[in-house]
Amino acid sequence: MAKKLESLDKVTVKFAGDSGDGVQVMGDQFGNATAVVGNDFATLPDYPAEIRAPQGTTYGVSSYQIQFAAYDVYTPGDIPDVLVAFNPAALKVNLTSLKPGGTIIANEDEFTEQNLRKAGFSSNPLEDDSLGSFRVYRVPITRLTIESLKDEPVGHKDKERCRNFFALGMMCWLFSRPLEPSIEFLKKRFATKVQVMEANTKALKAGYNICDTMEIFPIHYQLPPAKLEPGKYRNVNGAFASACGLVVASHKSGLPLIYSGYPITPASETLEVLAALKQYGAVTIQSEDEISAITMAIGAAYSGAIGVTGTSGPGLALKTEALNLAVMTELPLIVFDFQRSGPSTGMPTKTEQTDLLFALFGRPAESPVIILSPSSPADCFWISIEAVRLATKYMTPVIVLSEQFLVHSSEPWKLPDLDKIPPIEVNFRTDPKGFYPYMRDEKTLARPWVKLGTPGLEHTLGGLEKSNIQGTISYEPENHDLMNKLRAQKIQKVAQDIPDAQIMGPADADVVVVGWGGTYGHIKAAIEMANQDGMKVAMVHLRYLNPLQKNLGDLLRRFKKVLVPELNLGQLSYVLRAKYLIDAIGYNRITGRPFYVSELLNFIKDEYKSLRMH
Amino acid sequence: MSVTEQEGQITYKWTDFKSDQDVRWCPGCEDYAILKAFQTALAELDIPREKHVVVSGIGCSSRLPYYMSTYGFHGIHGRPIPIATGVKVANPDLVVWVITGDGDCLSIGGNHLIHVMRRNVDIKILLFDNRIYGLTKGQYSPTSDKGMVNRTAPMGTVEEPVEPVALALASGATFVARTDAAYLKHLIHLIVEAHKHKGTAFLHIYQNCYVYNDGVFDDFTQRDVRDDRNLVLEHGKPLIFGKNRDKGLRFKDGMVEIAEFEPADPPEDITIFDETNLSLAFALSKLYWPRFPVPMGVIRRVEQPSFEELIYGQIEKAKQKFSTDLNKLIYSGDVWEVK
Repeated sequence: MAKKLESLDKVTVKFAGDSGDGVQVMGDQFGNATAVVGNDFATLPDYPAEIRAPQGTTYGVSSYQIQFAAYDVYTPGDIPDVLVAFNPAALKVNLTSLKPGGTIIANEDEFTEQNLRKAGFSSNPLEDDSLGSFRVYRVPITRLTIESLKDEPVGHKDKERCRNFFALGMMCWLFSRPLEPSIEFLKKRFATKVQVMEANTKALKAGYNICDTMEIFPIHYQLPPAKLEPGKYRNVNGAFASACGLVVASHKSGLPLIYSGYPITPASETLEVLAALKQYGAVTIQSEDEISAITMAIGAAYSGAIGVTGTSGPGLALKTEALNLAVMTELPLIVFDFQRSGPSTGMPTKTEQTDLLFALFGRPAESPVIILSPSSPADCFWISIEAVRLATKYMTPVIVLSEQFLVHSSEPWKLPDLDKIPPIEVNFRTDPKGFYPYMRDEKTLARPWVKLGTPGLEHTLGGLEKSNIQGTISYEPENHDLMNKLRAQKIQKVAQDIPDAQIMGPADADVVVVGWGGTYGHIKAAIEMANQDGMKVAMVHLRYLNPLQKNLGDLLRRFKKVLVPELNLGQLSYVLRAKYLIDAIGYNRITGRPFYVSELLNFIKDEYKSLRMH
Repeated sequence: MSVTEQEGQITYKWTDFKSDQDVRWCPGCEDYAILKAFQTALAELDIPREKHVVVSGIGCSSRLPYYMSTYGFHGIHGRPIPIATGVKVANPDLVVWVITGDGDCLSIGGNHLIHVMRRNVDIKILLFDNRIYGLTKGQYSPTSDKGMVNRTAPMGTVEEPVEPVALALASGATFVARTDAAYLKHLIHLIVEAHKHKGTAFLHIYQNCYVYNDGVFDDFTQRDVRDDRNLVLEHGKPLIFGKNRDKGLRFKDGMVEIAEFEPADPPEDITIFDETNLSLAFALSKLYWPRFPVPMGVIRRVEQPSFEELIYGQIEKAKQKFSTDLNKLIYSGDVWEVK
């Protein structure tokens, strides 16, 4: 029986369930299937902090949101059009952020009295009229899964566990996605557990077929492929892209890569990815604490390798003294700060951009470092390479301000031609003639880097102030003044070595929106909508936060209004005001989740209107 | 330079390991003795100077790298061990030394001592233990005797001291030795032995601070008493000590006792020292004057693969097992083409 097929151009879907429901796997596989049909997309996984929270509780809900479209998308979507709720708790926590008139697909088998009570429902929302404004589909997903697997030689529990693939099959039917990528995935994932692989595959197909034959949904949808740039693509999240960038930088520079990290959410993923890339020579050390993580990286840098450490806010706080040691010894060191909600332990699995001022100023004394920030999951790859290039060229620590959102969020990545990535040239000093450890390159002010083991260049570095050029311990007042200024100037020199800031959007706009980090997609989407609505709004997104690009001040002064949305209380605004005396107008929210495009659009609209009224 | 190179052979003198910096410890400090022993040992090792890296933390002893003509790194308080770990892992060809003190290694950096031991990183740790904070002018340290009166404990400390050798053993040390800074030859010998060991070597050196803790080891290190009050360990030999070699240790039923005998005729049940016996090493680590003689020498030595050896072993294995083509890295996962 042929079902009605309708075309859509953009959908946001959210899968939500218990953290043991396999929602993340389901989301990833739906993303892969979406990639294959050529839609553009972006994803946002959302984990609870609890690993296995008590079943059925609201704080145990894990979810995966994906926005996909027949055109470019920049964000995982604000609020879902379709919610797949595996239990009452998943419905409960997502009810407030669901589009009016949106679709709810609920696994009715889990809406038991006990589960309803755990989720805080006094009556079953599937049966009362509380969901009146939504289109609700009650599907006995668990029961149908088990029925479809009645002949499979796996236990009852294993059958139940296949319900995420059953639901995935349903969703693939609903949005006309192929099953093949998921079948391939199952073959690989359960290569040694053939029965489990077969059961999941069967559940996947059953979910698809049941929609085709039964009246579960009256309609299904297709989305034409987006017009993406030709090329080869893969889906990538920030953790993988950051790690890949480091490996590529290691090969492009010919330097060994030593990454030491102490487990901390959400930095651990990058350490984990790298730990599995040993075939590329990546050395990872799980250190005993945050301080040993950074000091091992400093030791590696002194030795002549790329020393990297990764952490999040609480860990960065512990690393500050060692960061200053790297500033003083002028060694290349890369510190990833995967920002998360703070202060203190805060909300470890949630995102925000609250460490910018800490990265800039959060160390005793004058302690300038380079600060970079990736704009999107795929950009994490490029920022890693840029961090290695600048750290080794300028002999300085680089802080990469990434974000929890970027670590987990994913998007299609047009795969680069690795041969076209320029080599990172590192010139180790080998000539003992005229060598001093703090002699400086005229252009960069960098001191020479010596691979330990090089004869004739033996020297001692350390945290004590050194005389410029000779590098001996110095308490000389004028020298200390000079060294402070040289360390600062060296970082400012980097501005000559990076591309100018670019305006995106209409050149004759009166309003510009300035952002940094993972808000790129949200701001871009809001800007496009604003311009479609007849406003003229431009955008500047910063990947270089220290030093700022040399044209930035002049560029921003061209606009009548400078809007700065940030997931903090105005940290970039503070910098722009201080540096350029610009009246930066902030939009500041710290909710633990990324911006909604709609709230940014409203902010832009309001500011745009008030500009017109003047 | 007085180095002579003949057919790949280098012959160093201890002075070849001196830097051009003035040594600025208090005149008469035993750190001078350790520095000279260290330079002498390095000359004896005959390894090209540029292969040595001397890493220190903060404290009086940690100034040492500036006085060496090798590569050196004067780190931050408590962290020489992880810095040295990074140096060694990044380039296992280097010979990496850690110079640290009782505050640096056992207090602020105590955590790293535990973990370097269980990892068995091939670095050599020289702990200068003077049982006092010298550089900050006389506060008690984690090895200060309980009851010791000093600037932060005017009525005496109320803390039990930590025993460095016992801590190292408990953390899985594969090489632990002890001596006193005044025993120059013994110290040189143990530095050379530490270098020979593949893995973490921990050398506990009693060092007198005559300004803030003078004479703290005199009771058992003064020339006239040391033979009676030290137990010099030799692998495979009975635990005999005394100027006249007329005393020995007997471990029985979990207890230890001193046996006295005619020098020529030691009883058969004097315990034979075995440097691979962990229980014995633990027992010895807790012996202290005046109840017992203080053990000196190599207390434990066992062979185990080193940290960096295992790391690079895994990398080699991965290289054999998986493709090393960089394109395979980014093309991993599902790749699709947009035409």
